[in-house]
This record gives sequence, structure tokens and C-alpha cells, in this order.
Amino acid sequence: MLKGTRYWIAVLLCWSVAPSAQAILTIEITQGEAAGLPVAIVPFAWAGKTAPPQHIANIIEADLLRSGRFAPIERKQFISSPQRDADVVYKDWRLIKAEALVIGSIKLVNPGRYQIEFRLYDIYKEKQLAGYRYTVDRNMLRTTAHQISDIVYEQLTGQPGAFTTRIAYITRQRQGKGNVFKLQVADSDGYAPKTIVRSSEPLLSPAWSPDGKRLAYVSFEHKRPVLYTQDLGSGRREKLAHFKGINSAPAWSPDGKRLAMTLSRDGNAEIYVMNVASRRLTRLTRNGVIDTEPAWSPNGLNIVFTSDRAGRPQIYRMKADGSDVERLTFEGSYNARPSYSPDGRSLTLVTRQNGKYHVGILRLDNLALQVLTDSKLDESPSFAPNGGIIIYATELRGRGVLASVSSDGRVRQRYRFETGDVREPAWSPYDQQLHYKE
Amino acid sequence: MKKIAGYIVFTAFVLALAGCGGDEAVKPDAPVEDRGGAQTTGTGEGAAGTGEAVGAQDLLSERRIHFAFDSSAVDGEYAAIVEAHAAYLVDHAGLNVTLEGHTDERGTREYNLALGERRAAAVARMMRALGVAGNRIQTTSYGEENPIAPEHNESAWRENRRVEISY
Repeated sequence: MLKGTRYWIAVLLCWSVAPSAQAILTIEITQGEAAGLPVAIVPFAWAGKTAPPQHIANIIEADLLRSGRFAPIERKQFISSPQRDADVVYKDWRLIKAEALVIGSIKLVNPGRYQIEFRLYDIYKEKQLAGYRYTVDRNMLRTTAHQISDIVYEQLTGQPGAFTTRIAYITRQRQGKGNVFKLQVADSDGYAPKTIVRSSEPLLSPAWSPDGKRLAYVSFEHKRPVLYTQDLGSGRREKLAHFKGINSAPAWSPDGKRLAMTLSRDGNAEIYVMNVASRRLTRLTRNGVIDTEPAWSPNGLNIVFTSDRAGRPQIYRMKADGSDVERLTFEGSYNARPSYSPDGRSLTLVTRQNGKYHVGILRLDNLALQVLTDSKLDESPSFAPNGGIIIYATELRGRGVLASVSSDGRVRQRYRFETGDVREPAWSPYDQQLHYKE
Repeated sequence: MKKIAGYIVFTAFVLALAGCGGDEAVKPDAPVEDRGGAQTTGTGEGAAGTGEAVGAQDLLSERRIHFAFDSSAVDGEYAAIVEAHAAYLVDHAGLNVTLEGHTDERGTREYNLALGERRAAAVARMMRALGVAGNRIQTTSYGEENPIAPEHNESAWRENRRVEISY
């Protein structure tokens, strides 16, 4: 028996979503000459006497750069700095080889309320591709900048942007002799972090529901891994799986009705699917080895997972009912933590090469494995919902940090948090509510 | 100099019995390194010195069983510690034991959670074989989440791969 009192020592939980410090991080490009489409983003017009409340152009520029698809042009090369449509001289931009131009303005319309306007131009066709006006509260300015980035990205690449999405991750900070673990949610660029759960015991494996409204995660607050779901709006928590043994590795089905998970209630780690409403369990794997880290295909028909049934961890795929198991990875002695790209054509995973753990992509048509990173303790890769970027956790000078890599491997960046370890990033799905514009 | 063969064979046998499918034979892990024992410290009083040889009389003060990378095989030296605790538990029927499995930081967190559990289960299996009733043994796993050595190097990894025995 565990001593009953031990259950009570540990846990401090934030039930509500409490805002914490702003701007906990900066982003640095760690690899990759920006080799994408040359785009010029002119600082937005601002008539105020003090600094503007947000540097909208900087946020857009950082978004586009991070995607790996664009090469923002240095501002000192600009020949002119138009702020209105009438001021745009296409020749000025052709001369510095810009293919697209973004201009705009921000102004105060009421106390705490701002109007942002932007226009996107195709320099060679000499025409405006998009132009929108937003009127928003001050706390929505960054989000509005990300929405503009999404529109620019979609107009110029033909694919939707994912800059208005969010990331969930776990932080760990030393406090006295113990630790403080937090499950946080921030904007996709790492800004505006909010603490969802706080505990003196480890937190693990955050997983977004497909509607972006809930997170499933693992908490050790009872001195063993127990699986919870939590509503982000109300903060309401539910203990979803707390069987004997481990309760972990949650993964929502694309319809949001079921949760795949790893339970060891029957002796060792096996994959189960739980109907979230009825709590009914279906067992999918049945053997004496480790089966874990399930992830659904976007169409909901398949589940990929990690198993060491052949002696070492490798990736397998089965039908969502557990039938037709097939092995997908054959290169190397350690492949784990698979998850699908949004188009269902590839997996991102952790692969060990020469004793180092890297992020890789496995193409499902020919099972070719491409290694995307060169650091040595990479883990928890997940795709942005548009498939363009993979976020992952790695280690830098003894600290856990988040990093991202464009899914072609060309551009890598690090999210630099001020203190502590950061780990277990999970990219949110698209947020339907945010897709409004004037 | 190590008497690892017995338990590796035992573990491999159990794994084989457990019905592994797949297309490779189940292999026991790489040889166990010969340094873990001298580096373990007791957890009870918190401050047993490092670098001490493990003598027979000290076995019960050793509460950490260490493992090779990605292995749950209990090697000879640690087997002696498990045996000493099992004998003590057989003599003290009122005590229940908790076995807490841990891994090093390499590899994925969820796989490590399962691996930590497998290590705890391997120690539990030994204890049962030595006469401790199964209902007195509780196993749990922290995976890589609770390292005792915070560094990111071989010696820290060696220390962190462990099962902690507490009763």
C-alpha cells in the first residue's frame, strides 16, 4: 500500500487559466539561409507619439520567416516606405527583388481599441492580392498580426497559414528542493503563455482535442501516471483513466469522440481506445511487450504506435480496431513517438542515429526516412496543422528547449525561454473562432 | 566477473513466453556495465557515501537497482540486493513494498514510462519468485521524469536508470 498521506502533499493545481508573464521567449534562427519567396514588410504607419502598442510588421515578418517559405527582405534595402495604397511604387520593389509587399497602418480609435489595416501586393503582376481592416481590443493585436500572416501565407503559397494556432507544452522549474511543473498554452510564436495546470509532480503528454477546446494530459499528482482531460474555457478537469499501473499517451480521434491511450492495467503497456462519453474501453494490442504512443491518422481509420515487439522500439500501424498490424520502420534500432502529417502522407517521429535522437519524417508511400535535425536529444515532434512546420523539444546547454523545423528540413529555429526546462510541445488544431475578418 | 547471465536468460525467457510477435528474435540487452553498484547510495537516511563497496551487511541499505540502457534485466550484483530485500520482506509479513521504475532521459517520454514500469515489474517478478506475495508488491513508473542526477552524460544516465525499493 502506498502511504495515504503521500497523496496529499504534492499538488497545487490552477483550475482557472491564469495569465503569466508575457514574452517569455525570443526566437533565433539556428539553421537555414532564408531561401524562400522574397517578401518586403513595411513597418505599419502609426500616428501616436509613443511607440505603437505592437510592432505588427515585426510579428508578421517573424511568422513568415519561421515558416521557411519566405525570405523577408532587410528594411535598410527599402527604397521607399509606403504606408498607403497611393504611395506604392512597384518599381522600387522590383529593384530589390521583392516578389510581394505588405503595407499597413494601426491607429487608436477608442481607448484600448485599435484599427489595423493591411494590403498585400504582387509586385510583378502589379496588383493588390488582399486587403483587410480589423478593429480590435489591445489584447488582440498580436492575434490580428498572426491573422494577417495567415492571409499572406495563403495568398502566396496556396496553403492555409497556421500562425493563429497555439502550442501547449510543459515547463519545469526548480523551486527549493522540489520542482514546479506547468502545462502552458501560448501563441504559435511562443508569446502570451497561460498556465493551464500547475503541480509539484511531473506533467506529461498534452494532447489537443480536435476542436481545440480541451487538452488531455498525464499528471503524476497521485504519484503515478493518471490521465486527465481539461476544458480550456472553464478549467474543468476530469480524471479520465486512473486504472492500476500507467495511464498515459492520450491521443484524440479526429472526431473527438474517442481517446486512444496506453494502459498497463492488464499487466504491461497496451493500447486502448476509450469512448469519451461512455468511458467504455476497447483493447487494441495484446502481448507481453511495450505498445505505446498511439496516434490517429487524419481520416480516423488507422492508428500508428511504438512497439518493441521485435526487440527494439519501432513504428507500427494498425486499423483503428486493432487489426492488420504492420511494421513501418526498419532503419536503425530506435524509432518512436510517431504522429501523422495533416495530409496523412507522412509521419514525424524520433529516430536514433549513431546514439543521437533526431526528429525524422517517414514517407508512408515508400517508407523512406529523412532525418531533419542534428541535435542529440530531440523528442515529441508534432506537425503544425498546415503541415509546414514541426515543433519538437530538444536540449541546449543542459536545458530543455523547444525548437521548430520546416517540414522540408530547411529552416530550424529555437524558442528561447527565460528559465527552466521546456518540453512536450503539442501544436493545436486550427481555431475556427478566430477566422473572422472585416 | 558479473553473474548476469542467469537473470538475462530469465528475462529473455519471460519476454519470449509473453508471446512477442514480430520478425526479429527477442534479444537481451547489451552487456551491463560494471560501475553502477559503487555509485548507488541508500535512500533511507539520504546520505550513504558514494564509492563504497556493497558488502553483504549493507545490502538492505541499498534501495536502488540499476539497469543497462533500454534493459530491464537485473544483473547479479543487484540481484543480491533484491534477494536481501525479498528475504527481509518474507520475514516481515506486515510490510508492503513499492517498486518505482525510472529511466534515463534518452528516447521518448512515453516509451520510457513503459520501460520504467517494465523494470519495476522485473524486480517484482524476482521478489515474487523469492516468496513475497504479489499483493504486497505495488509497482509504478516515473519514466524519465524524476532523474536523481540532473546532468546529461553517461554517468548521470547510469544513475537514473533504476528501480527504487521502498517499504
